[in-house]
Amino acid sequence: MRRDVAGSRAARPSPSSPSSPSPPVAVSRWNRTASVFTGACVLAVVFLAVLPYWVGGPAEQPLITLLTFIAMASLWNLLAGFSALTSFGQQAYIGLGAYCLYLVALHGVSPFAGVLLAAAGAAVVSLPVSALVLRLSGGYFAVATLVVAAVFQIAATLSPSVGGTTGVSLPGLAGYGDLLREALTYWVTLAVAIASVAGVYLLVRRTFGLDARAVSSDPVAAASSGVRVRRIRLLAYVLAAGGTGAVGALVALQTLYVEPTSVFSVQYSVDMLFMVLVGGIGTIEGPIIGALLLFALQEWLSADGAWYLVIVGGLAVATTLVAPRGIWGLASERLGWTLLPIGYRVRGQDGPGPP
Amino acid sequence: MNWVNAVVQGILLGGQYALIACGLSLAFGVMRIVNLAHGDLAICGAYLGLVLSSALGVPVWVTLPLLLPAAFAAGMALQVLLLGRALRHGVLAPVLVTFGLSVMIENLLQVAATSDPRGLNGGALTLASFSIGTLTVSWLFLAAFLTACAVLSGLQLALSRTSWGRQVRAIADDLDTARLVGINVRPVFAVVAGIAVATAALAGVFIGTIGTFDPLAGTSTLIFAFEAVVIGGIGSLAGTLVGGIALGVTQVVVGEVNQAYAVLAVHLLFLAVLVVRPGGLFTGHQPAREVLRWGALG
Repeated sequence: MRRDVAGSRAARPSPSSPSSPSPPVAVSRWNRTASVFTGACVLAVVFLAVLPYWVGGPAEQPLITLLTFIAMASLWNLLAGFSALTSFGQQAYIGLGAYCLYLVALHGVSPFAGVLLAAAGAAVVSLPVSALVLRLSGGYFAVATLVVAAVFQIAATLSPSVGGTTGVSLPGLAGYGDLLREALTYWVTLAVAIASVAGVYLLVRRTFGLDARAVSSDPVAAASSGVRVRRIRLLAYVLAAGGTGAVGALVALQTLYVEPTSVFSVQYSVDMLFMVLVGGIGTIEGPIIGALLLFALQEWLSADGAWYLVIVGGLAVATTLVAPRGIWGLASERLGWTLLPIGYRVRGQDGPGPP
Repeated sequence: MNWVNAVVQGILLGGQYALIACGLSLAFGVMRIVNLAHGDLAICGAYLGLVLSSALGVPVWVTLPLLLPAAFAAGMALQVLLLGRALRHGVLAPVLVTFGLSVMIENLLQVAATSDPRGLNGGALTLASFSIGTLTVSWLFLAAFLTACAVLSGLQLALSRTSWGRQVRAIADDLDTARLVGINVRPVFAVVAGIAVATAALAGVFIGTIGTFDPLAGTSTLIFAFEAVVIGGIGSLAGTLVGGIALGVTQVVVGEVNQAYAVLAVHLLFLAVLVVRPGGLFTGHQPAREVLRWGALG
């Protein structure tokens, strides 16, 4: 992480060294692999978008699950990977998004458009919450977010207006046929997944990305170099909360029922942790790989819930200790690929530069 | 039940919270690790007590001479095999590793012991109580409270009076300087982790005797312990006891009004303390904001 920051900073074209006689260094972010990959991504998105027209229902369900995973992982990566905010309480915003969708659907808004309002609702609620939890960092931040999720869950169970412990079913979908409803759910999920990945990617390519990684490496040093530490952490937290709220609304759309113990389940945090760590923390590609892996693992071990979680937790621990950069970290080092580059690279160097 | 009774019960309950919390506080103070699996380790202690006491056919208290050394050894092994390695990968790695460990423990317990709630055989102590006026005190609750006080003051004495304690305090103050003056850090870390897990297991035995436990009880146990540590002030063992008591009293007194709000009130007390006095209610000096945010809580 630290090396990335130093690397990208050093690689910025610096006009302040006129004394060096060396020829001008070509600095670039983009490369051929990245262009090819971006093209492939666009094609893949178009393919995914038209899929319902000729495959229909059966292919949509697994893809919805996978796309939800991708969105959750990218958003958690924004927190833990780029901003060092290891929240294990993001299920607070999953649940909040689900309940927000219920409330707006109750007032006549189409549940599909309501996903946006749910995201906005989660982001607004995360503002006062951030004032509490961002006072802490590291492990203390992690447990405080667990407390916040517990508070949200208890508040939902104590509110008869949202069904208390039994939960509520999502209204406003009676007008849609099954086929149309599933296709619309799929498209909304696809949109949220793309927005999450592309949003995080575009965000960390800006100065924000450099600042966030500086803050996560050494907040004091970052603050003394003029980085607005508080604002960076706040932005990452609120954006991740809003996105996770949208994912929560998607969960409600898929299950058609909002029940406190399931939408506030810590399982969501376990999944996010696994996908980001095993895929490759602090990269754009990593969480997507992690999502594919979790999806495969879930298909493979769906029969036995407890063993599935033992394996998920164990792999996350093993990755942290043995290969902290995850699958994508290892692969990109080996292959010298940067498919979605976020740093800068000096051309003409020996070997691959920092990603 | 009247208010005085509620407060007394709350104080006694707070002792249990403090007993769970002291290991968390110690591990953080010395190793800068927030062990997210601490609650699950306490529940493991309860299951170990269940296995031993039903295998030997005796109340769980009799098995403590076996259980506590086993927990101590498990804590040392945990530190050497897992946490010590995680510490070498930076400040985030222990958080991630202990959370993964917590998930593994909870689900392994579910595989091994099903998710049925269990209770421990506490012998004659379980139902015994005595009365002072209108006040009824369970011997078991009193025993838990007195054990917590004994463990906390024993730890405090060991830290302030022994040469081992001096080493621990030196490491807690400044790890690099402690190394420089010749303290062998790894064995100290291992012993601290052993103590943390042994006290957690002891707390788990009390949890299991007083109420019931199931494989997923670890997370809520961790949250309560953590809240006790923060309310009392990070890094202060006496503060941890007072923090635990504040939690216990809040829970029982609010529960007296409406049981559904008891746990919520505890969480809200914790969040309120974070707003008003993030350094804890009972510490004399409030650490500078930046130190609290970046240094002490690294």
